[in-house]
Amino acid sequence: MYSILVRELEKLLGSSSVLSRQEDLVLYEYDGSVEKGRPDVVVFPTSTEHVSGIVKLAAKHNVPIVGRGAGTGLSGGALARTGGVMIVFARMNRILALDPENQRAVVQPGVVNSELTRAAEPYGLYFAPDPSSQKSCTIGGNVAENAGGPHTLAYGVTSNHVTALELVLPDGEVVRIGSAQGDAPGYDLTGLFVGSEGTLALVTEITVKLSCKPEAIKTLLAIYDSVDDAAETVVDITGRAITPSACEMLDGWTLRTVEDFVHAGFPRDSAAVLLLEVEGLAEAVAAQAATITEVCNAHHAREVRVARDNTERELLWKGRKNAFGALGRLAPNNYVLDGVIPRTKLPQTLRRIQEIGKQYGFDIGNIFHAGDGNLHPIVLYDPRDKAQFERALKASSEIIRYCVEVGGALTGEHGVGMEKSELMPLLFSDVDFDLMRRVHDAFNPNCALNPGKIFPLGKGCGEIRLRPRPEKAGARK
Amino acid sequence: MSSIVNFASRLESAIGGSHVIADPAVCAEYAVDEITPSAVAKPTSAGQAAETVRFAALEKLALIPCGNRTKLGIGMPPTRYDLALDMTGLNQIAHYDPGDLTLSVDAGTNFNEFAVPLYNQKQFLPLSVPFYFESTIGGIIASGVDSSLRHSYGTARDFLIGAEFVDGTGRLCKSGGRVVKNVTGYDLHKLLIGSIGTLAVITRLNFRTFPAAPASRGFVASFPSLEDALAFRSLVEASPLRPSSIELVSPPLLQLFLEAEKNAAEPPLSPLHEKFPNDSWHLCVSVEGTPEVCDRATREFEKLAASLEAKKMQLTILGENEGADLWHYIGQAIPLLLESCPSAAIFKITLLPNRMSALLSQLRALAGQASLDHVTLARSCGVVYFALLPRTDDANSFDRLGQAASAIFALCTKENASATLPWCPTAMKRRVNVWGTRRTDFAVQHKLKFAFDPQNLFAPGRLTLNA
Repeated sequence: MYSILVRELEKLLGSSSVLSRQEDLVLYEYDGSVEKGRPDVVVFPTSTEHVSGIVKLAAKHNVPIVGRGAGTGLSGGALARTGGVMIVFARMNRILALDPENQRAVVQPGVVNSELTRAAEPYGLYFAPDPSSQKSCTIGGNVAENAGGPHTLAYGVTSNHVTALELVLPDGEVVRIGSAQGDAPGYDLTGLFVGSEGTLALVTEITVKLSCKPEAIKTLLAIYDSVDDAAETVVDITGRAITPSACEMLDGWTLRTVEDFVHAGFPRDSAAVLLLEVEGLAEAVAAQAATITEVCNAHHAREVRVARDNTERELLWKGRKNAFGALGRLAPNNYVLDGVIPRTKLPQTLRRIQEIGKQYGFDIGNIFHAGDGNLHPIVLYDPRDKAQFERALKASSEIIRYCVEVGGALTGEHGVGMEKSELMPLLFSDVDFDLMRRVHDAFNPNCALNPGKIFPLGKGCGEIRLRPRPEKAGARK
Repeated sequence: MSSIVNFASRLESAIGGSHVIADPAVCAEYAVDEITPSAVAKPTSAGQAAETVRFAALEKLALIPCGNRTKLGIGMPPTRYDLALDMTGLNQIAHYDPGDLTLSVDAGTNFNEFAVPLYNQKQFLPLSVPFYFESTIGGIIASGVDSSLRHSYGTARDFLIGAEFVDGTGRLCKSGGRVVKNVTGYDLHKLLIGSIGTLAVITRLNFRTFPAAPASRGFVASFPSLEDALAFRSLVEASPLRPSSIELVSPPLLQLFLEAEKNAAEPPLSPLHEKFPNDSWHLCVSVEGTPEVCDRATREFEKLAASLEAKKMQLTILGENEGADLWHYIGQAIPLLLESCPSAAIFKITLLPNRMSALLSQLRALAGQASLDHVTLARSCGVVYFALLPRTDDANSFDRLGQAASAIFALCTKENASATLPWCPTAMKRRVNVWGTRRTDFAVQHKLKFAFDPQNLFAPGRLTLNA
């Protein structure tokens, strides 16, 4: 089947845009998660017409399709769980229009997040969603997962910045939804499709809002001898109605690892640091920074440093955004979780995470978006040790369950994907799934797009048959 | 008649007699575009609301959910309407955690009932939409109306974080949650915003709340010419200031505010009368923050005003209390317009901000050609409310109103603007589709409606986009 399809895809796209050899495909069986799923064919379209043509060919051969940006997601959302055709949007990477006057840009899905900000910078503008992977992740991927980032605390996640989309539906039809200005008559389709994890349509063009760069920014590093004190500070900042543009936390174990790698200036002997940022008019920034310092001191911060200049600010952020890379030095692999809790539950949840770590024999680090309760506990493991990997999965599942128990949710910015699909019943009933499935089936009735994602097996696309594979340590079945 | 009595009595058996009203006089109060339901159901729990929907599904009855019915005229006339589902009996604050800045509230709760506890915690929801003081939160969300605060806080889609609702099969569903950042599952709750009851019956809504700023200040820049006012708007947008609202008020709209002030039952806090020049376009800007931020804004505005001395601009600076009435009237411009001219046709037009000048000129020209009075309220972020006001209710006026409406829809299509007609006389809806001109996503919208409401029970025909 695939040999005919490959020939037809090569005819449509050219042979340099189609990969089908196993040694090529193996590169696409990973993303940022601990999951694996190898596609049978990988294609690189350069236009909406290409994508529509690919979708029609896949439909003709009854083969599933998975869209992929840069593969930086943490939930397995961009993996071919049941094989099929993987559409990699890397070559659809043009900024189609930049409209500074109206603060809009139109981009193809393969545009790298930070590239858009770089293009907008000369006009005093930027693209607000800033995932830690912003130097490599694509805006198409951001749209699929409704990505966040440190500054979403003040500026919202991707859906708050997308006004219109061009979609390719599973039958190849091209549809435009939303409008450049925002409000469009009828239902808020853009609000639904952003974050639908590629299960309803493939996105081929995105209209986004750009934000104005603030007049002033102050970045503060609050240093603590106790994780509890740092966590209580976050609760108090929120309670006092201060909205910093970012409020990130690194615990001692994590910051030492980061410091050894990045030399960002995090004190190695501290138990936790908060990286806080305030933006806006100079007058507002000065007042907020003073109040935040006061709150930090009230919670026994050992020291509150203010970045003296942009270089120091960038270094602190480099430490935060390269943290996951730094952790790669400690173990062959790491499992980065993505759970959300009400912010007031932060201290008790951090304590519970440590208990779970002890129970399963792991040091669990925490580096996360504290201001909006979006946790990223990190479990280091060796994928060659199957028993250890199983323990890592169990510990991770227990942490996410605890997030739900205290009133939180399964994911704050990386999506459900295949990683958390089986945990969805913790939040949703069969009735909820039934409605979600009807919405899913309205667009993707044959499960041609990204099968095996979001829904627990058996509740979404019927009983998806997972393709038998040779047993691999570190790969979930 | 007997079948109506039968369905009302059968519904009474299902949800209890005290929750069903079949009195024609009461039912008449629930009329939508002159169509009156045969009965009204008033559930007091989400379970009863679900039971009512299951009953309607079984009996193939069309129903329209409602709150305090202040915005029930939005949309096309229903093609069927048997049962009104009055949700005002669901009126509790289910959860409010000031520390987390999250609020969960039943759909039938009056705006003021949750605004007060929020105010006591120095928090608020930026939903001072038309009729807000007499609206339920479910009605505000379902009608999709916006407020001047969208300039800095966005619309409801930016702070609605979850919902519970009854779907067309009569089952209680949920979407989202009660945390401020959450991408678990499809964001179905966002679809409820502006769905005017056609997708589901909203039973509960979860919001992110916002801290109230310690101080605010208003700045009104008045210009004889629209173009100069819009040019000043661009200067404000390009400044480092981040206003919470920037609203453009046309000369006759300000006159309407002054009339309302004159007729108000209570004396104004700070009279608008004689504060602003007549026959001017008024760019009304609100800045929130610390007193230092407000002082900085004052300096910035004075600097901008000095640079525009040749434009005959008048800058009026309003302290917190001095601006309160103006912002109230701006927020309630639509109710004021409808009160002064019940047969007004009020368009909501969204467009890219730099197209506003050209569009406003053409809109005014069209109204002039049809000999219709008109008023404008424009939000700087690209939303224009344009009202056509017939002076009389005769057939001739109505004809001109219809022709002008069609011309405005055509103009907006040409100018790449989205136009709808949320408020107009029912008779007008027989001439124009209030949802505007053809949309290419009609089929997608239709699929969603069918997924939520397979039997088309909910408000059939009210949200009918042109295919």
